[in-house]
Amino acid sequence: MEAPALERLRAAAAHPAAPPARAPVRPRRRGPLSTSAAAGLRAASVALFFAAWWGVSLANAYVIKVFNPVLLPDPWVVLQAGIKLAASGELFGHIGASLARVVQGFLIAAAAGVLAGMAVGRSRVLEHLVDPSIEMLRPIPPLAFLPLMVLWFGIGEASKVAFIAYAAFFPIFTTTLEGIKYADPILIRAAASLGASDRRIFWHVILPAATPSIITGLRLGFGLSFFVIVAAEFIAADRGLGFLINDARTFFLVANMLLGAAVIGLIGFGVNVGLRRLEGRLLRWRRESRGRA
Amino acid sequence: MVEPKIVVEAVSKTYDPDVLALAEVSLDLAERSFTCLLGPSGCGKSTLLNVIAGFVEPTTGRVLVDGREVVRPGADRGVVFQEYALFPWRTAVENVEFGPLMRGLARPERRRTAERYLGLVGLGEHGSKYPAELSGGMKQRVAIARALANDPSVLLMDEPFGALDAQTREVMQEELLRIWQQDKKTVVFVTHSISEAVFLADRIVVMGTRPGRIKEVIDVPLDHPRERSTPEFVALERALKGLVREEVARLGII
Repeated sequence: MEAPALERLRAAAAHPAAPPARAPVRPRRRGPLSTSAAAGLRAASVALFFAAWWGVSLANAYVIKVFNPVLLPDPWVVLQAGIKLAASGELFGHIGASLARVVQGFLIAAAAGVLAGMAVGRSRVLEHLVDPSIEMLRPIPPLAFLPLMVLWFGIGEASKVAFIAYAAFFPIFTTTLEGIKYADPILIRAAASLGASDRRIFWHVILPAATPSIITGLRLGFGLSFFVIVAAEFIAADRGLGFLINDARTFFLVANMLLGAAVIGLIGFGVNVGLRRLEGRLLRWRRESRGRA
Repeated sequence: MVEPKIVVEAVSKTYDPDVLALAEVSLDLAERSFTCLLGPSGCGKSTLLNVIAGFVEPTTGRVLVDGREVVRPGADRGVVFQEYALFPWRTAVENVEFGPLMRGLARPERRRTAERYLGLVGLGEHGSKYPAELSGGMKQRVAIARALANDPSVLLMDEPFGALDAQTREVMQEELLRIWQQDKKTVVFVTHSISEAVFLADRIVVMGTRPGRIKEVIDVPLDHPRERSTPEFVALERALKGLVREEVARLGII
């Protein structure tokens, strides 16, 4: 007989019992963080870094005495060196020289990497023709070619720009190629059935689908440009942050060496923040999806 | 006699030399008919749909739509996929605008068209959302609006409701019939759900496995709207279940 069950259901509907006690919610390991809390933590990270640096250099000077204190200046000494170089205008000359090389080299790499990646991603023949050579060159540290580039392009700007362009080309090319190659085939089918020609499928489907990976490649490429500029400026340069560091080594100005490194860090940090912001704006659709998934 | 809208002429497809995905299938589909291709996985129903869409080239035979041989995908045959296949970088209304954009319509006109079709599928308020912000049912509504916005004469649907939960699925079936009755396209609808086929189709093409082929074609004598609990509905479901079970049995243990 089914009546009692039905009765129970009706009774339950008429007098809803107190909702069952909810099991205590376990804190999520990677729950969302409020923006202000995140910003606070990030500021704390920077403050902590400088405090640790200061602490180590003070300890070295007065307590443990491992190095000669001249070899490990504290942040204030470096800051003073920076103020002095900035006041004379020398610092900005170095920054300008390095930035100009990085930007030129990066732009060449971006244009070449994206165009080559697009072409190779579209053609199986080209892929088989080009890929093995690229894969052979890629594991060679670009630095290995620096002396050659100086021989080929001279000790002027051209060799440094070419070197940066060469180093930054690989990540940009590879990520563009992958992005183009792995554009979701079902989106291509959908576009074709909506009347899109091959050419319009490329511009309206394949390229937007590859954009996130192209942007990642550009970000990696820009990072790499900064990475290699210092080495390029160690060899044959009379200006630039790499020159500043190398020159300071010759004259035993440890604070200036650290200053050069710190300025590169700050510029890289700033550029990355800018690029991420640009990425967020270009890829709004992706940010929306990160909330769910 | 009226010329059929879609003619499938002795189409077969082999993906690799030993596997016959589809063996000499012939089928005529009338204009404004609603046909379900029903069968277990591996019966070639999606392959047949992909051949009609122009995504897959048949090994032998050909498909004619309006008397012209299908050689590539085209705007006359709208397709709705199980995976929605919405462009994630385009908002709902921009997705629906895609077909009109390809046709070269001016911006205000294609926006108007897109909004009209979004309204038709009940998403007028959600045009500015990105696909990632929509539920599965809403995504499939956008995909249907996108296919219809091109005003194709044929609508090809490949298990469009397969990824939806049971409740949403029934709502979407009713919505699809409502839309179809307003504007009767020739619909080819692939499904492995017997109940879905009986609820929607004028004609059910039951497909068999190994090789993929047509096992039986059944005209559904029921009027719309159909009620799933009527004896006629249930009897038809049972008969189809018998046919499909035989094919599943041929696949061995699953």
